[in-house]
Amino acid sequence: MISADLNVILPEIVLSLFAILALLVAVYTTKDATAGLMVWTTSGVMVLLAIWIGMTGGGATRVAFNGLFIEDGFARFAKVTVLLSAAAVLTMSEAYMKNRGLLRFEYPMLVALSVVGMMMMVSAGDLMTLYMGLELQSLALYVIASLRRDSVKSTEAGLKYFVLGALSSGLLLYGVSLVYGYAGTTQFTGVMSVAKTGETSLGLLFGIVFIVSGLAFKVSAVPFHMWTPDVYEGAPTPVTAFFATAPKVAAMALFARVLHDAFGNAIPDWRQIVGLLSVLSMFLGAIAAIGQTNIKRLMAYSSIAHMGYALIGLAAGTQLGIKAMLLYLAIYVTMNIGTFAFILGMEKDGQPVTDISALNMYAKRAPGKALAMLVLLFSLAGVPPMLGFFAKLGVWQAGVDAGLIWLVTASAIASAIGAYYYLRIVFLMYFGSENDDRLDEGKSGLLSTFLFASAVIMVVGIVNTFGVEGAAISAAATLVN
Amino acid sequence: MDHHLLSIITFMPSFAALILAIFLRGNDAAAARNAKWLALITTTVTFLISLFILFDFDPSNTGFQFVDEAQWLMGLKYRMGVDGISILFVMLTTFIMPLVIAASWNVETRVKEYMIAFLLLETLMLGVFMALDLVLFYLFFEAGLIPMFLIIGIWGGANRIYASFKFFLYTFLGSVLMLVAIVMMYAEAGTTCIGGCEVSLLTHTFASDTFSVAGITVVGGLQTMMFLAFFASFAVKMPMWPVHTWLPDAHVQAPTAGSVVLAAILLKMGGYGFLRFSVPMFPVGSEVMAPLVLWLSVIAIVYTSLVALVQADMKKLIAYSSVAHMGFVTMGIFTFNQQGLDGAIFQMISHGFISAALFLCVGVIYDRMHTREIDAYGGLVNRMPAYALVFMFFTMANVGLPGTSGFVGEFLTLIAIFQVNTWVAVVATSGVIFSAAYALWLYRRVVLGDLIKESLRTITDMTRRERWIFAPLVAMTLLLGVYPALVLDIIGPSVTALVASYDTALEAADAVVQTTSK
Repeated sequence: MISADLNVILPEIVLSLFAILALLVAVYTTKDATAGLMVWTTSGVMVLLAIWIGMTGGGATRVAFNGLFIEDGFARFAKVTVLLSAAAVLTMSEAYMKNRGLLRFEYPMLVALSVVGMMMMVSAGDLMTLYMGLELQSLALYVIASLRRDSVKSTEAGLKYFVLGALSSGLLLYGVSLVYGYAGTTQFTGVMSVAKTGETSLGLLFGIVFIVSGLAFKVSAVPFHMWTPDVYEGAPTPVTAFFATAPKVAAMALFARVLHDAFGNAIPDWRQIVGLLSVLSMFLGAIAAIGQTNIKRLMAYSSIAHMGYALIGLAAGTQLGIKAMLLYLAIYVTMNIGTFAFILGMEKDGQPVTDISALNMYAKRAPGKALAMLVLLFSLAGVPPMLGFFAKLGVWQAGVDAGLIWLVTASAIASAIGAYYYLRIVFLMYFGSENDDRLDEGKSGLLSTFLFASAVIMVVGIVNTFGVEGAAISAAATLVN
Repeated sequence: MDHHLLSIITFMPSFAALILAIFLRGNDAAAARNAKWLALITTTVTFLISLFILFDFDPSNTGFQFVDEAQWLMGLKYRMGVDGISILFVMLTTFIMPLVIAASWNVETRVKEYMIAFLLLETLMLGVFMALDLVLFYLFFEAGLIPMFLIIGIWGGANRIYASFKFFLYTFLGSVLMLVAIVMMYAEAGTTCIGGCEVSLLTHTFASDTFSVAGITVVGGLQTMMFLAFFASFAVKMPMWPVHTWLPDAHVQAPTAGSVVLAAILLKMGGYGFLRFSVPMFPVGSEVMAPLVLWLSVIAIVYTSLVALVQADMKKLIAYSSVAHMGFVTMGIFTFNQQGLDGAIFQMISHGFISAALFLCVGVIYDRMHTREIDAYGGLVNRMPAYALVFMFFTMANVGLPGTSGFVGEFLTLIAIFQVNTWVAVVATSGVIFSAAYALWLYRRVVLGDLIKESLRTITDMTRRERWIFAPLVAMTLLLGVYPALVLDIIGPSVTALVASYDTALEAADAVVQTTSK
């Protein structure tokens, strides 16, 4: 039996073994000299794993270790998204890290290990697995946030992230222990049969609240978002790009997994909480970003707002809602990879620039890149015909379908407010004032490729989502039934 | 009729834009000339194909024609088609666009991008009038903001940034509320197909039971709520008083061609939206809100006419006059009778020609003097007789002189409103007098009198290119003025069907109310 179980978690084993072996090799041989190669191999392995996971499994649901670990369509969708986005961010970061002397061999290894954590999170079938995965992911992330050891901001980011992360883990664990105490089990299927609407005990309800709070921290939903802008700003830009993509997908997927697999019979009990998190995130993300001039902080608020929209799908508590959420995440990640490819390329005299005023009249100097960025920004704002609009349309559809009209209306207003700050960047690029503060001409073909690919997907995707929508539908079907 | 003409004319301009974006290199004069010619040829060919559609169009058929359909993502359908209400807006768009391109011949900065923006805009505007799927409609409706935002922002005047932001955010906020209603309609009716499907929104009856929320009684229930959500979007787009303030700013700052497109076509989207969605889909909601809309329209007619009187900037004056004329349109629509709807559509088409021509008139002298201040001009008739003639013709048309198309629309809507609400009619009619006042006074100050300003001594009359741009507009304004049946015959049957279905829906709703109250 154990071999069957191991078979289920084979992708995770492969990635962990790879990380450990690579670590050993690097330590005993060349150390940082081969870090560039490591980055490429790691992302190569991730892409291969994504293909493998995507190709195998079919629609089957496989359970390992007596329900601790679930491998179903939902998990596979999340894993493929996580792996591909992590691989994309890794390859994008290589040149940036090398130029700044940050390319240490630990970096790809830590990313790989955090991805293993994420893969466990999305497959969790038990509160213990959930916690294990979450911690593995978080610990790796704390370290890479402070990768730039000699920078005060970077170390501050790491420390802040660690302290607040530990606090949220504490909340989560407290919730887990309450749930265990009142349900008598940590397994989702066991909790499911106890936690039913109308007969949920107060203790169990408290457990749900604490677990939701802990997870809200991980997806940086308001009011648990405080760490986000500082960490985004302080961490090296490639790390920020990583934070904005893969961990968000994993945490949202875990959120959906817990709420549906463990508390799927008590939807009205958590719907309000998630709805409130969602509405607060959307408004704070939209309003707080208006005053930002640092593009990384701006993207932090943007990601807070986007998580708010994705949470609408979760608050719906339906299959349609999960499908909309997954599609939203996939589109969000694609947009963010393109946007960060652009931000990574913002340099002046070889130094990274994060102030948006540097983009003044950028369109005149680099019309192609400016156009791609324009597409991405309008997509982030949710203006049709870009794909970002369809992401929002999907979650709204699910929200209305579930009777959450107040939430959808609020999010519509928030999206109109939020459009302002994306427009401001467009405005700077296209009709700002001419100044001497010019950015270097980007020479990296790789970054441009990611930027253009992402922009093209935002436009072409509206004709056909290349099967992603179908995959999201079947993934949602396995989680909610 | 199994051809894809509608899709072809819709996407031909954006295809040309794509060619420009990919293949046209360099910033020299030759590249600019090629961009202009390609844009002009594309828009002209689009117009010719649309003429073919018009000749092939069967006015007696009140359903959708030339329907083009394909599966799309998220369970939605790509569906395009025209009926008596929309076909003339399609024609108006394809007719105006070549003129707009020709009027932009003097643009010098970023010519390629300029042409791309206008070509994309044409695709999106045509899509709005043809879309038969609600989400597809929204997509075109909303996406049109992007090129217009850039047109105002890049090629606009001194205060263009404020204007472009105001334009975008105003309309975006209105539209997202409409999107919420669209999603609700989908949830309620189970389809986003506008008309002609097995289940379509035009034939679906939305709930109209009165209910109360938080102590407020909503007469007409869901229909009123959805009506208001759509109203938020269309009223801004129209624009209606008091949400019209973006329009004068946008007009003043936009380049001439941008103003023309804005006045001639983009403003019609609001009116078209009322006719396509609000009135037929939410008859009870429309009936409940009609008094509000009528009074807002009247306020718009009188108030903006008075505001127009004191403007010092020509474009601003014409912009306010547009708001007043759009007041006649909303007034006509919300009378819900044949003359009112006929008049509203006629007024929109005619305003499309007249306002386009007026903005072009301003453009002609702006190109020479680079100012739009009324005080900077005077006595132009001495140096520019041809210009004076054209400007006078369109001033008269704007006032609504019989014999021009401006008269027919205003007269029909006034007849219609007189049957419905005499007081509104009386106040609205005074607006006609005000419009004569501001228009004629503008003309006197700019064109008549002695040429005393030193700077105007060397001003030249219209070039041959400019004359050719005005010729079709003059022809259309006169033609529709003396032979309005040209338009009315096409829209008539569809409008009759719309009025009939509206009345039936109201009666049915009344019957429901009566049976439940017994």
